[in-house]
Amino acid sequence: MTPGETKRRRDDERRPRLADHDARLTVEGLERERRALEKTWWNGRGLVAWLSDTDHKAIGRRYIVTAFGFFTLGGVLAALMRIQLSRPDNTFLSPDQYNQIFTTHGTTMMFLFAVPVVLAMGVYLVPLMVGARSMAFPRMLAFSYWMYLFGGIFLYSMFFLNIGPDNGWFSYLPLAGPEYGYGKRADVWAQLITFTEVSALVVATCLIVTIFKLRTPGMSLNRMPLFVWAMLIVSFMVIFAMPSIVISSTCLILDRLVSTHFYNQAEGGDPLLWQHLFWFFGHPEVYIIFLPALGMMSEVIATSARRPVVGNLTMVLSMLSTAFIGFGVWVHHMFATGLPELSLSFFSAASMMIVIPTGIQIFNWIATIWSARRLQITVPFLYMASLFFIFIIGGLTGVVLAAGPVDRQVHDTYFVVAHLHYVLIGGSTFPLLGGIFFWFPKMTGRMLSDRLGRASFWLLFVGFNMTFFPMHLLGLDGMPRRVYTYPASMGWHGLNLLASVGAAVIFVSLVVYLVNVIVSLRAGAVAGPNPWGAATLEWATSSPPPAYNFSPQPTVASSEPLWHTELAPPPIVGLASDTREVLVTFLLDAEPDHRYPMPGPSLWPLLTAITTSAMFVWSIFQAQGVVWGSIPIFIALVGWFWPTKGKKALEHGAPTRLTARESLS
Amino acid sequence: MASSRVALDVSDIPEYGFGHRSLLWWATASMMIIEGSVFAIVIVSYLYLKGRVPHWPPTGPSPQLFWGTLNTIILLASCVPNALTKKAAERFDLAAVKLWLAVCLLFAVGFNVVRFLEFGALNVRWDANAYGSVVWVLLGLHTVHVVTDFLDSLVLAVLIFVGTDLNERRFVDVSENALYWYFVVFTWLPIYAVIYFGPRIS
Amino acid sequence: MPHVQSVIHPAGIEAARASHLWWLIFGICAAVWIAVAMAALIAIRTGRRAASRATDRQLGTNIAVAGALSAVVLIAILFESVLTGRAEDAIRTPDALHLQVTANQWWWDVQYVNDLPSLNVTTANEIHLPVGRPVRIDLLSTDVIHSLWIPSLQGKVDLIPGRLNELWLQADRAGVYRGQCAEYCGLQHAKMALVVVAEAPDAFERWLAANRAPAVPPSTPEQERGKAVVERGPCAMCHNITGTLAGARSAPDLTHIGSRSTIAAGTLPNTRGYLGGWIADPQHVKPGNRMPVPGLSDEQLQAVIAYLESLK
Ligand code: HEA
Ligand code: HEA
Ligand code: CUA
Ligand SMILES: [Cu+2]
Repeated sequence: MTPGETKRRRDDERRPRLADHDARLTVEGLERERRALEKTWWNGRGLVAWLSDTDHKAIGRRYIVTAFGFFTLGGVLAALMRIQLSRPDNTFLSPDQYNQIFTTHGTTMMFLFAVPVVLAMGVYLVPLMVGARSMAFPRMLAFSYWMYLFGGIFLYSMFFLNIGPDNGWFSYLPLAGPEYGYGKRADVWAQLITFTEVSALVVATCLIVTIFKLRTPGMSLNRMPLFVWAMLIVSFMVIFAMPSIVISSTCLILDRLVSTHFYNQAEGGDPLLWQHLFWFFGHPEVYIIFLPALGMMSEVIATSARRPVVGNLTMVLSMLSTAFIGFGVWVHHMFATGLPELSLSFFSAASMMIVIPTGIQIFNWIATIWSARRLQITVPFLYMASLFFIFIIGGLTGVVLAAGPVDRQVHDTYFVVAHLHYVLIGGSTFPLLGGIFFWFPKMTGRMLSDRLGRASFWLLFVGFNMTFFPMHLLGLDGMPRRVYTYPASMGWHGLNLLASVGAAVIFVSLVVYLVNVIVSLRAGAVAGPNPWGAATLEWATSSPPPAYNFSPQPTVASSEPLWHTELAPPPIVGLASDTREVLVTFLLDAEPDHRYPMPGPSLWPLLTAITTSAMFVWSIFQAQGVVWGSIPIFIALVGWFWPTKGKKALEHGAPTRLTARESLS
Repeated sequence: MASSRVALDVSDIPEYGFGHRSLLWWATASMMIIEGSVFAIVIVSYLYLKGRVPHWPPTGPSPQLFWGTLNTIILLASCVPNALTKKAAERFDLAAVKLWLAVCLLFAVGFNVVRFLEFGALNVRWDANAYGSVVWVLLGLHTVHVVTDFLDSLVLAVLIFVGTDLNERRFVDVSENALYWYFVVFTWLPIYAVIYFGPRIS
Repeated sequence: MPHVQSVIHPAGIEAARASHLWWLIFGICAAVWIAVAMAALIAIRTGRRAASRATDRQLGTNIAVAGALSAVVLIAILFESVLTGRAEDAIRTPDALHLQVTANQWWWDVQYVNDLPSLNVTTANEIHLPVGRPVRIDLLSTDVIHSLWIPSLQGKVDLIPGRLNELWLQADRAGVYRGQCAEYCGLQHAKMALVVVAEAPDAFERWLAANRAPAVPPSTPEQERGKAVVERGPCAMCHNITGTLAGARSAPDLTHIGSRSTIAAGTLPNTRGYLGGWIADPQHVKPGNRMPVPGLSDEQLQAVIAYLESLK
């Protein structure tokens, strides 16, 4: 046996020990440990430190704030559309402006708001919920944020330069192809997708590894919170769905830039290939938006009801089957393309089947509420419970749309616009706003105001229904979507006006929400670690949590650790406090495996994101940008992964301003 | 919880783990799923486009077999030094890692060069028709992997030879790099079959 | 509301079937919604009082029952939906009237296909149909994807470049209906409509015969001058008027423009004023459409209007 093999064998036998009356658990010992951790995990002050931060909480917060920034932009665009549509034959917007606006609205809401924001909730919460000190690959995470930010800035720069995309959020060909998609607009759309898919794929990978390998001892898979399950499943959906749009949008750019013929029917390509590839991604995408919201639902409902959600296992299985079936329904967006009847029936059937797991989850929640220990109707609960009234309407109109003959009537009308807002806003934005309300004290240390919260909720509830319910009727009365105006003779103006007024009410409600956030940040009641009396680990640490999340790192003995304090499993000692060490555990049972040092703050992720963005933007103008633009990326990556010893100085010395040179180590 | 007097002391467990125990292995696995799906989708698109026209290739000859087949052989052969690198890394055998990693790099130079000859042997331009587009993209995508795998391994080799920060986890890196190498080799096989025999089998 | 473009005011057998299916699913869904909403409200009341004695097992049974019921309901809906889809075969008969509609950015070219190509009838943006007879419409596109949708008669089918799709329908009630392009097709997608006139078979035959004839010759000097402007001016570069020198095919056929009820693809009523306004500046009402400003003098314009109006 070689010395190396002997070492391997010896190392494999090194296991954790139970330490009784350990000195490190005395009050002084804990305090010493905390001070050391404070130093090690401290990020420094100043702009450079800010730019090189890799703490998942900081990045999660940035993601959330940025996503709401884009939500506001997308919402303002929606307001412009609603003004234009409030009267027949209106000339407030030109057709060209309208088309850019509705496309940018849809694109923003899907790619820059709904998906990033739900992933961001996972970025912030998952490491805390699984009791870890950090996310896996924190620098990758930072990189993903910058890519997302630059993608969004890119889209809006182009939009304000009047080269915003104008082919709809699914950019059908040949309209977006080289022949009919003039200028750079379709390229801008396709490249925005590239930005967002890079960032989503990175986040998904970080989440999966965190959930698989960084769960604290005791948190076997069956003890994982439902939100963490939702994020795990969603991350896998991202990984399996995104490749399809990676390829299809790349081929779109190639068709436009170097004259390939993927979608050109004259040279053996096919415009419908685009539709298949897009929707093979696009349908899973909507469940990517939806499932994390369901995870938040479960956490809030369990907390409000003071009991675990009924049927934990069926919840997980339902989410899993939703994810699976979600990959087999994409053709329901193509019922009018003239595909054979048989395949339509198949996809109709699959779309009907996907209703059942969603239904089961809804029934489980209702049962949970029913059997509550003592239900508390908090503001987060209101947001969640509205799903039973609003989202369901959207889900049920989904069933209507899944019936081929009816869909061929209402496809591409305002009926679909109504469906999509009912499910997206009712099924994701409402739970998200509730979730933010719920975790706000954890993130900031302060409570949001209950009074403003209730006011904002009811305004949203009323405004939302006022805006989107009439759209069902408009669709049935024949109003197509994506029209910049309509003739007075069609009699659609009354309902359209109602919808526009409703949009104003939504606007007011969100302003109230924003005011609540701003006021409470300064003057909100101080929250304490666990203001709602919730059960999961993120509430075991202070609000806001320290950079290292937990000290000592807790272990768990049940799926509601904070409700079963009598079990009191032993906490972890022995993780290094002079490096950013985390505890890696085994996949299934979360037994301790090894210790692993996480890299500290670094500017390289930002630099890599800048070089990558430059390449992406360059490449839509000149094909050779791909080649030359890759060289700086390569250099940045080498810098990123090049090991240095300089790090130690930062970790041991007293907290100092982080200089640019250090942060590049 | 802080009041507990019993603790789980992890100070003695190792600071690295190979294979599915390591974080990096999972990141690599995730990348392999993503890229494997990308390849799968291009192959499906290839078959879809093939099914829509009467002749395949629509015009012109099929790709020449020589360079592609040669490259398949080189790629498969590179699995031997790759396996030896992985083994050596897993027993912390620095000398053997250096040796076999260098051999791997030689192979990588070989298949990168041959790859550029393969493009010429396709007998079609990317802008001739949809067939040309899809074979170029298929071959191009795999080439991106071949090139990045080469660069990855190069950087890793430099680190190993220079010897900065050489601890157990560097050997884990080598082991994961070898895993990704296998991925690049084995995804080539279906791509090879599709590019070179797709036009020959109807 | 006039309901000329309504899903739930069908005037043909296929639209009636779809409407039927819609009401069925609507009824079921409304019942489901009420049930779930009630259950949620009661659950909230019960939960607030902590009044439930149910064990998780009992709750589980209830959930399973609700799930099973949902499955049964869904299978029923699916069954009805597939049957409705299949029922369309009934009107796919060989003696159907045969049309070909070609979509262009942003107007519809309509052809009545005859076994003898010389007897084909070409018109644009307006379809006349005999009541009670199945119609087969071949769908083509010259540029991007459009979708032909006449809700009163049938669900939509896309017109996709490089593909041939079919739309089968039958009007059962005489009347004037509106159709509209339902697939986003660029700048003027909003103004790509068409008029559908369903009429008694003999009226239809008369209309068809009239439209098969070449354009009526001008009968006044002003019309005569108008014809000359059309033939020698910019109009003839795009439009066709059978029986004259104007023979281009890249814009709507004008042979019987005077008999159509709208201009600019269902955008404006075909009256003297609107027609004049349109020809004087087509970019005003429908910015970006492919008709350039012809730059006619006032007098030429009046003459052209007079001529076009005479083309009944
Ligand atoms: C969060 C996003 C989300 C969610 C969750 C859903 C959920 C569903 N969607 Fe939706 N959908 C979109 C987002 C979403 N959708 C978007 C964005 C579009 C438009 C894209 C575009 O064109 O721009 C779209 C479009 C769309 C279409 C295409 C319409 C068209 O373009 O013509 C179809 C067709 O089948 C469809 C079906 C469904 C179905 C069957 C569900 C089901 O999953 C719904 C399941 C839920 C319920 C049904 C309610 C709860 C269940 C019960 C209480 C059980 C009992 C119920 C019964 C017995 C009926 N959707
Ligand atoms: C999650 C996704 C999402 C969200 C939230 C919304 C929100 C809204 N949408 Fe959107 N919409 C889409 C996704 C979304 N939409 C998609 C995918 C399409 C299809 C696009 C296409 O066809 O290509 C579409 C299309 C679409 C259309 C159809 C356009 C057409 O076909 O011609 C219309 C028309 O009225 C519309 C209206 C609205 C309105 C009024 C809101 C309002 O609810 C907006 C409310 C928001 C605001 C007014 C912002 C105010 C914010 C603040 C003041 C600060 C708040 C800050 C905090 C809370 C911290 N949308
Ligand atoms: Cu043609 Cu929309
Ligand atoms: Cu879908």
